[in-house]
Amino acid sequence: MDSITVLMTSPMSDYLENQLKDRFNLVKLWTYSSKTDFFKHNSHSIRAIVGNTKIGADAELIDSLPELEIVSSYSVGLDKIDLRKCQEKGIRVTNTPDVLTDDVADVAMGLMLAVVRRVCECDRFVRRGLWPKGDFRLTNKFSGMQVGIVGLGRIGSAIAKRAEAFGCPISYYSRSEKPETNYKYFSNIIDLAVNCQILVVACALTEETHHIVNREVIDALGPEGILINIGRGSHIDEPELVSALLEGRLGGAGLDVFENEPEVPEQLFGLENVVLMPHVGSDTVETTDAMADLVIKNLEAHFLKKPLLTPVV
Amino acid sequence: MESIDVLMLCPMISYLEQELQRRYNVLKLWTAPEKSQFIKDHSATIRAIVGDGGHGADAEMIEALPRLEILSSNSVGVDKIDLKKCREKGIRVTYTPDVLNDEVADLAIGLILAVLRRLCASDRYVRSGKWKKGDFKLTTKFTGKTVGIIGLGRIGMAIAKRAEAFNCPICYFSRTEKPDTKYKYYPSVLELASNCQILVVACSLTAESRHIVNREVMNALGPKGVLINIGRGPHVDEPELVSALVEGRLGGAGLDVYEHEPEVPEELFSLENVVLLPHVGTATVETRKAMADLVVGNLEAHFSNKPLLTPLV
Repeated sequence: MDSITVLMTSPMSDYLENQLKDRFNLVKLWTYSSKTDFFKHNSHSIRAIVGNTKIGADAELIDSLPELEIVSSYSVGLDKIDLRKCQEKGIRVTNTPDVLTDDVADVAMGLMLAVVRRVCECDRFVRRGLWPKGDFRLTNKFSGMQVGIVGLGRIGSAIAKRAEAFGCPISYYSRSEKPETNYKYFSNIIDLAVNCQILVVACALTEETHHIVNREVIDALGPEGILINIGRGSHIDEPELVSALLEGRLGGAGLDVFENEPEVPEQLFGLENVVLMPHVGSDTVETTDAMADLVIKNLEAHFLKKPLLTPVV
Repeated sequence: MESIDVLMLCPMISYLEQELQRRYNVLKLWTAPEKSQFIKDHSATIRAIVGDGGHGADAEMIEALPRLEILSSNSVGVDKIDLKKCREKGIRVTYTPDVLNDEVADLAIGLILAVLRRLCASDRYVRSGKWKKGDFKLTTKFTGKTVGIIGLGRIGMAIAKRAEAFNCPICYFSRTEKPDTKYKYYPSVLELASNCQILVVACSLTAESRHIVNREVMNALGPKGVLINIGRGPHVDEPELVSALVEGRLGGAGLDVYEHEPEVPEELFSLENVVLLPHVGTATVETRKAMADLVVGNLEAHFSNKPLLTPLV
């Protein structure tokens, strides 16, 4: 299949790059100094795109590649892909669900524990040599806190399963109620925020869920409430989040994603009640390899005219 | 009961101090210019001692208090109390089991996640602005890793329950096998360490369990293994731990306790694969209040000739 040209949109995994190079004619978007240069050399040969959370396949890119047949995303999130355009043009789209569910759920739990029990703040306290001067103050208990999940999909359910083991009552808001679970459903996100102590964003980013956590939701969560975001930065109105934290209208936040990554609002750096991570939800050796394998398998299936493993379109 | 003299060994939360002062004549040992003189001065009247995990009563103190009837410890760890002498002299000893199991188990899981997924290191990475220059490195998955627990008591079981929600196979070493659990038993800590990836110390500190985690055990755990200590510092041979981490013979460590608190080996401060907490296992508002209520409740029961709530001796 090394006559098939595949476009990789940005550096995402050395392992994936090597696997693609071994099987296909690999073109790397980031090695071109200009768009024109790139399009001049490749627009008629590219039959597949491998994108990620940074650069997917927008309308402009899709329209400029007439031979494009498939977009295989190295992510589960599809917000960087123009799905409607793909549907229109009969272009297949695959993503990497399931293989990363556990890792992202683990980070969500880690963020909850780290914020409530002040793990990073305590670690700084010890490393700065402050302990001999006096004990760290008391925090709140995590076990038993009410956890509200926005989006009870694969990742949301995995988070719920883990939080239950800590005795946390689970409630959720989702596009549709899930009667097969015994978690408490709220038909809107405000009611969910009013009724939980820790709000976790775990839904897909779509037009409807852009800024789903706004000032009103943050105020409903309140000065003792904690917001955890392992979804997408744009799920939350970031400037509102920052002012809520600075003014004490929100108790704390654990964030793995931001609106303009890798930019992170610097006002957060001085806060002890936040934990900030650089979008590492699925960034373990085990999971990134599994994601890469899924991308490759989907491409191979497509070009061998076999059923795709994890198609979205 | 205002005429009863109770010796308090160290400062504790003000709630406990107030509750004791409301009921008894509280003598605060730490305010005395000379402790042994203070004890001598009050030896005719002291009928109870209130200590904590770090402050107990040794043989000398017990001998110096002929009217001592009860020692109520604000802790579940009783390694600082000469239990044998208490038994000899018919002195009752109470402690605070159960109310703190969840707390400590929560922190154990928090430490595991923080070490494996580098939560604190990532947070430092973001706050230092490094994310703008490049992504954080890959970490290793927690879900599914084998967790080995030393001591399957109340806290060990609470840890196991939580780890199971992360699909972790559980194994353990304990003084006696627990046939009513489904976890895999190993007859020695060394075998346990050779067969797990995350080793958690959750047993009580006794003469037998001192340095139960020694060089051999750490080598068996290995360069990809992680040690979590939420027991007592002396469970682990600390100088050996430091050299194992510095030399890479041990993959990582999450520590809440140390051999000479509040001193922490400074060689650990520059390591990314350790998370250091200042003995905060039970340091939540909710749990400290529940512990305090038990301390007072036990004293009240004793002085009204009722059955003790949580006697150890």
